[in-house]
Amino acid sequence: MTKLPQIGKPISRLEGRLKVTGSAKYAGEYEAEDLLYGYVVNSTITKGKITVIDTTEAKTLEGVIEIFTHENKPSTAWFDFQYADMDAPPGTVFKPLKDNDIKYNGQPIALVVAATFEMARYAATKIKLAYTEEKFETNLQSNLHKARDTKKGLASMLKPPPPKPTGDFEEAYQNSFVQSSGEFKHGTEHHNPMEMFATTVIYEGKDQLKIYDKTQGTINSQMYVANVFGLKMKNVQVIAPFVGGAFGSGLRPQYQLFMAVMASLKLKRNVRVTLDRAQMYTFGHRPPTVQFTKFGAEKNGKVNAIYHKAIGETSQFEDYVEIVVNWANMLYPAENTLLEHQVVPLDVYSPLDMRAPGGSTGMHAIEITMDDLAYKLNIDPLELRLINYSEKDKSSDKEYSSKELRNCYLEGAKKFGWSNRNPEPRSMKRGNKLVGYGMATGIWDANRLLARVQAIMTSDGKVAIKSAVTDIGTGTQTIMTQIAADELGLRLEDITFLYADSKMPFAPIQGGSFTTATVGPAVKAACKALNEKLFRKAKHLKNAVLSEMKFEDVIFSEGFIIVKNNPETKISIAEIFAANGGKEIKTTNTSMPNPLRYGKKARAVHSAVFVEVEVDEELGIIEVKRAVTAVAAGKIINPKTAESQILGGMIWGISKTLHEETITDHNFGKYMNPNLAEYHIPVHADIQDLNVIFVEENDTFVNDLGVKGVGEIGVVGMPPAIANAIFHATGKRINDLPIHFDKLL
Amino acid sequence: MNNFSYTKVSNVQEAISELDGDIRNKIVAGGTNINDLLKYFITKADKLVDINPVSENNSIIRLDNGGIRLGALHTNADTAYDPIIEERYPLLSRAILAGASAQIRNMATNGGNLMQRTRCYYFYDINTPCNKRDPGSGCSAIQGYNRIHAILGQSENCIAVFPSDMCVALAALSATVNIMGPNGERNLAFAEFHRLPGDTPNIDNNLKHGEVITSIDLPRQGFEKNYSYLKLRDRSSYSFALVSVATGFEIENGSIKEARIALGGVAHKPWRNTEAEDFLKDKEPTRENFTAAATILLEGAKGYQQNAFKIELAKRAIIRNCFMALNPESQRPGAKPSL
Repeated sequence: MTKLPQIGKPISRLEGRLKVTGSAKYAGEYEAEDLLYGYVVNSTITKGKITVIDTTEAKTLEGVIEIFTHENKPSTAWFDFQYADMDAPPGTVFKPLKDNDIKYNGQPIALVVAATFEMARYAATKIKLAYTEEKFETNLQSNLHKARDTKKGLASMLKPPPPKPTGDFEEAYQNSFVQSSGEFKHGTEHHNPMEMFATTVIYEGKDQLKIYDKTQGTINSQMYVANVFGLKMKNVQVIAPFVGGAFGSGLRPQYQLFMAVMASLKLKRNVRVTLDRAQMYTFGHRPPTVQFTKFGAEKNGKVNAIYHKAIGETSQFEDYVEIVVNWANMLYPAENTLLEHQVVPLDVYSPLDMRAPGGSTGMHAIEITMDDLAYKLNIDPLELRLINYSEKDKSSDKEYSSKELRNCYLEGAKKFGWSNRNPEPRSMKRGNKLVGYGMATGIWDANRLLARVQAIMTSDGKVAIKSAVTDIGTGTQTIMTQIAADELGLRLEDITFLYADSKMPFAPIQGGSFTTATVGPAVKAACKALNEKLFRKAKHLKNAVLSEMKFEDVIFSEGFIIVKNNPETKISIAEIFAANGGKEIKTTNTSMPNPLRYGKKARAVHSAVFVEVEVDEELGIIEVKRAVTAVAAGKIINPKTAESQILGGMIWGISKTLHEETITDHNFGKYMNPNLAEYHIPVHADIQDLNVIFVEENDTFVNDLGVKGVGEIGVVGMPPAIANAIFHATGKRINDLPIHFDKLL
Repeated sequence: MNNFSYTKVSNVQEAISELDGDIRNKIVAGGTNINDLLKYFITKADKLVDINPVSENNSIIRLDNGGIRLGALHTNADTAYDPIIEERYPLLSRAILAGASAQIRNMATNGGNLMQRTRCYYFYDINTPCNKRDPGSGCSAIQGYNRIHAILGQSENCIAVFPSDMCVALAALSATVNIMGPNGERNLAFAEFHRLPGDTPNIDNNLKHGEVITSIDLPRQGFEKNYSYLKLRDRSSYSFALVSVATGFEIENGSIKEARIALGGVAHKPWRNTEAEDFLKDKEPTRENFTAAATILLEGAKGYQQNAFKIELAKRAIIRNCFMALNPESQRPGAKPSL
């Protein structure tokens, strides 16, 4: 009678067909009656004041309805905290059209609203602007002397500051058998999701809005709109069923949401604002960062001293923080540590979480330093990781809830053929190509927050599961359906997962690799509660088959409640509904980590990454020939969507290491390549043989499902593994990203 | 809206009369560059003359002198995959296929390829000074981000590079550009078609206002036995060359009878120096000789903060591509380095 579990099956995305046939609607694609189109005007200077903003001529153009600037902006909330979203760093949130002050290049300074997008865009060119310009600074490298500690705020809860120093780093380092130090740099990077940022606002009557927004959090956008525009939460509905990639860029409400809502409320009309590709470069980015490491090790390879300092860029108005320097001591149990993170405020927009924020930055420096130590110690780089393996997170002195990293190393190495590696740099060749093998470790948080889920069963035995959570392309809809099916003992077809609507039960923003671990247990809890309700009703049925039974004595399968040790004894769901007068049975439940227990163990997902590169010795051209990533991330609900997450991360890792950079001209204080022709990401021909292994990991602590999260871990270990492979191939340590091939000439 | 008139023409004479010798009237063929330039307010047009309906100049024909005529309206893709081109001018086929993307090559025409404009970041950003876009405003690239910029033939007014791959092969093949204008037909040797920036970087080439490219002639010699196109760039496809090289050899009894070497991605036009080619004449194909030729080609090269590497890279690319031309079967898709 027991049905094969859905959890663990490689189910194809339930919405896949809609996406590949173009039937899935995105935020900028919803039609509405007499829809108006907004086009945003951006500052062309980097710092200063607007002295003239003359919209007279633009307003006379046919079809132009209104032009909003700081001079005629409708009033919005007064206090800073009303603008703060779930991902707001400490500081003062940027408020579009607040005044004539220009804080960064590309700052939105006006919204033209017209009957067509084209007219709005054209009218934008007819606005006469004059500025007084002020001196600005956008160059992190030349402003490192301004580095300072970061302010603390709510965001510090998920992004704790570096642990306090332990032992005596300086002395331990000086007395180490070997020492390795390095300086590491990477520039600005932008998220560049395929889907353009857009918001369509449907004006449903006085102070009542239905909003289609590109976001990673429907309730986050709803809160922001309600707070900023003084609306009741229940009158603001935010919907985002499809998100065409986001990678962190949708974690905060972006200015097109503000603009569209402002125009809709003022004009009492339906309004859409779509940003173009270049405008995506005018909010949020991975901050350029400089890092310094000094690691010391004993003769036997034990790392005994770790220094890791990061200096990241932030804006003049918020202290964007990411976790860069906390990772080394979570992996390697050195007794003497000194970990520091500072920021330099510059005349740019606030940085924003971008896939594996901080982790991909910090692990780059940490794992290259480890590789260098391995060479200095004459120990195999993989062996050095095993020598320093710890079941404990030394930085918090807590046991890991689970940690199968050792098996990641071993299974990954075996699959890759690491033992074929000759450790000598430049020793492996193929034709006139230098061949390099490199490896690195990956680590990312396994977090869980609070979520609520509603489960509703109707008389046909079908179940609707509701959550406000989005599906940013990761497979959330499919995974939640699988979890519900198993808990309820039903088929996938009997479950409908309704999601991405702020009217549905609470879910936090979708980021940090915590969605499955947060919403998944809530789905399971709601389904279990639904089963309990069914069971209680079954007990009271006239035939009283189950009256003496406990909930633990039965299972739920294919529309029946079945007695475990007597499968012939069962009650059909249909009977229960008949007795219940056909009324739907529903339950809403909250699920969150136990606050007394949750902090007692360290929780992380791990990976081991192995990469082979070929470098043309004479011309420097680099090819990543193959890569293996072995991941330990707890229970894998859906191996297909999970593998896609890891592959996507690995490809991003190749991109980050070899291709991706936002080119900044510091003479102008602006980004020079705001388009996908010149912002290089890999093409198909750059991606060769990639392999993913999921290592079995049982974790009963992290949550009821034993799931961690796979959204970020795929990218974390790739940059150092590639850089280490390049070192092995060429004998050159390149610590700055991206690694342009000419650095190898 | 930015008003402009749009007119379709069905023959070259009509096109010439619609252009009327006026710089504000522009031709559109494949539209893979001019449409962007118009949308981003980099080029202004009062009139767009759409030559797509023109029934002449849209094929490849054999010439009596043994050469080939490429219609200006023939697409890059159709040219690259034409059996005659693949067989007799494989260097041209390889160069075309190393450029842009399949979608762009399907739209882009041969005439348009010659007319495409630089991809300098500052040229495309109307809020920064650029002498090519706005004469007299200055060159932002010299003090700015110049990784992709010129090392040969540049001036203090402009260090932009011409982005074509196809034209590098056409330069190496000593093609001829056939032009029709109000005063009748004329032709230009390929080397004379594009210009160096000098004091007038706003003028890319020697086509006069009101003139139309009708076709491009290839001489009989196609170097089909020993040829290679090598393109070095930051990713494997859909990016412009940092350095590219088109090489053709005619080899007889183990010595080079004729050599052609043209560089892309290094100057305001495809870069050829017949001195280097003459040097190789009647010499053996050795690393030493290739190195000497590369040195001649890079004479006078000057780099800037981010692109100085191109000088050494170009030398090495020339040498490598000479060897690749000796083993054309070693070539890889995307004009990646081989051997």
